[in-house]
Amino acid sequence: MSDDGKAAVAAVEAVADRIQDERSHLTDLDSAIGDADHGGNMARGWAAAAEAVADLEDPEPAAVVKMAGKTLLSEVGGASGPLFGGSLVFASPELEDGITGESSAAFAETYLEKVQDRGDARVGDKTMVDALVPAVHTFKKSVEVDDMTPVEALAKAVAAAERGVDFTVPIRASKGRASYLGWRSVGHQDPGATSTLYIMEELLDVAMEYDEAPDELPDHAESPTIPDGEVTEN
Amino acid sequence: MKKLINDPDDVVDEMLDGMVAAYPNQVRRLSDTNVLVRDDAPVDGKVGIVSGGGSGHEPTHAGYLGEGMLDGAAAGEVFSSPTADEFEALIGAADSGEGVLAVIKNYEGDVMNFETAIEMVEMEGTDVATVVVDDDVAVEDSLYTSGRRGVCGTILVHKAAGAKAAEGADLDEVQRVAQNVIDNVGTMGMALTSCVTPEKGEPTFDLPEDEIELGIGIHGEPGVERTDVMSADEITEALTQNVLEDLDLDEGQDVMTIVNGMGGTPQMELFVINRKLQEILGDHGLETWDAWVGDYMTSLDMEGCSVTVCAVDEELKELLGAPAETPALTVK
Repeated sequence: MSDDGKAAVAAVEAVADRIQDERSHLTDLDSAIGDADHGGNMARGWAAAAEAVADLEDPEPAAVVKMAGKTLLSEVGGASGPLFGGSLVFASPELEDGITGESSAAFAETYLEKVQDRGDARVGDKTMVDALVPAVHTFKKSVEVDDMTPVEALAKAVAAAERGVDFTVPIRASKGRASYLGWRSVGHQDPGATSTLYIMEELLDVAMEYDEAPDELPDHAESPTIPDGEVTEN
Repeated sequence: MKKLINDPDDVVDEMLDGMVAAYPNQVRRLSDTNVLVRDDAPVDGKVGIVSGGGSGHEPTHAGYLGEGMLDGAAAGEVFSSPTADEFEALIGAADSGEGVLAVIKNYEGDVMNFETAIEMVEMEGTDVATVVVDDDVAVEDSLYTSGRRGVCGTILVHKAAGAKAAEGADLDEVQRVAQNVIDNVGTMGMALTSCVTPEKGEPTFDLPEDEIELGIGIHGEPGVERTDVMSADEITEALTQNVLEDLDLDEGQDVMTIVNGMGGTPQMELFVINRKLQEILGDHGLETWDAWVGDYMTSLDMEGCSVTVCAVDEELKELLGAPAETPALTVK
């Protein structure tokens, strides 16, 4: 198993744990402006995804992401299945040659494109797009223009997503379930943008862990081809 | 509420097995899915017609599987969209190589899951066309939808597209006639009572004994107006008026109508509604070419009805009147 693959599996597991921890918070956010099922559906879906990727025989990053996406598609349902899961499936080929700054940027861009195609939402509609757009653009610019490492760029992107989540609070929903509430959606934080931020925060955590100390990973001993102390690309 | 169920979690699964047991020569279930297909699917040389959506609207959609209508139908949980992998299996099972038309009711979950599935099967070379049915004239945006909701007019889309496909038409042609129905059909519904979902076991919304809700959706989502109880004639007036205003038909236009029961409405009452409906259409100078009355797209046990009017040209008359043999609808 490559370190990139290991990181991908660890990321899916970390997201599953985090969503489980935040389950009732997400449900509370969704009860205010939706139908109170986001926490439960996402927790069930990511838990199943973590199980599915753990069973993969050859967990290369693209395969891990595709499996996670497919599992979300069949377990989460509703609009969140296609948005969170389908987009992972369609973006997964970008990681076929491993995780680098370049491939991560391409992955993020395709993911965003799929979310926007499917949900037909733009910035300001009070959806997950409000967290994703600034995050993806920040990541891309940080890698491609500012020459940052992928982890530095991801840290910047998480900060941008956080501002995006805050931005969903005062605005009026015009896409998704909450749009039915019109002005009554003002003052509530969007649950989809929030779970998007949680996912990104976990990606950053795992990326930092793998970036700083790849030799201290629990099952690193199984990959003797990687010399001790060598810092991998991600 | 007393209900004929075992475990709420098993209702859809048990219903599907029961349907197959009732029509063993007409439908079969794809293993490990909630997808039913007509027994001889995929039909050689024919464009496949598929649909699907949340359960609780029976006989929609699986009741329309068979010659002259649908080739496959995916059933989601009660009032929830089927997932994309179910739609993927559905499309795969209906494709004989001539392509597949997906008839989608306009609800966010249905549309997104269907589209995701279509993007996946298209990567493998399957030709898929889609139409989105949005015939509910009552509300523009609602709980489960941006834009208008897809309701009972969908059955006429199944019928026309199914008949066109049975003639051997290609995918473009089949899609064209499906869209022709959508462009010419309008529906509006009303409720006397709320439906009761198996999961919740009690009414989804509170509707006092002396009030009714006009413009209701098929999932108990709110309508446009809550009003005091009215007579059947007044209700028919209100529904029909809205539909006709939306369709804006010329005098002398031929139309086809459906008075649809929401699941808990006696046929007696549906015929009472139909009587008034035909009278109103006559007053507007419209000619009824055919009139269906019955439970076509229900909302579990909700009491109430919807009125559908579809303007029909010569081609649509031929297609809507063509033979069909399905569990829920037979046209000879």
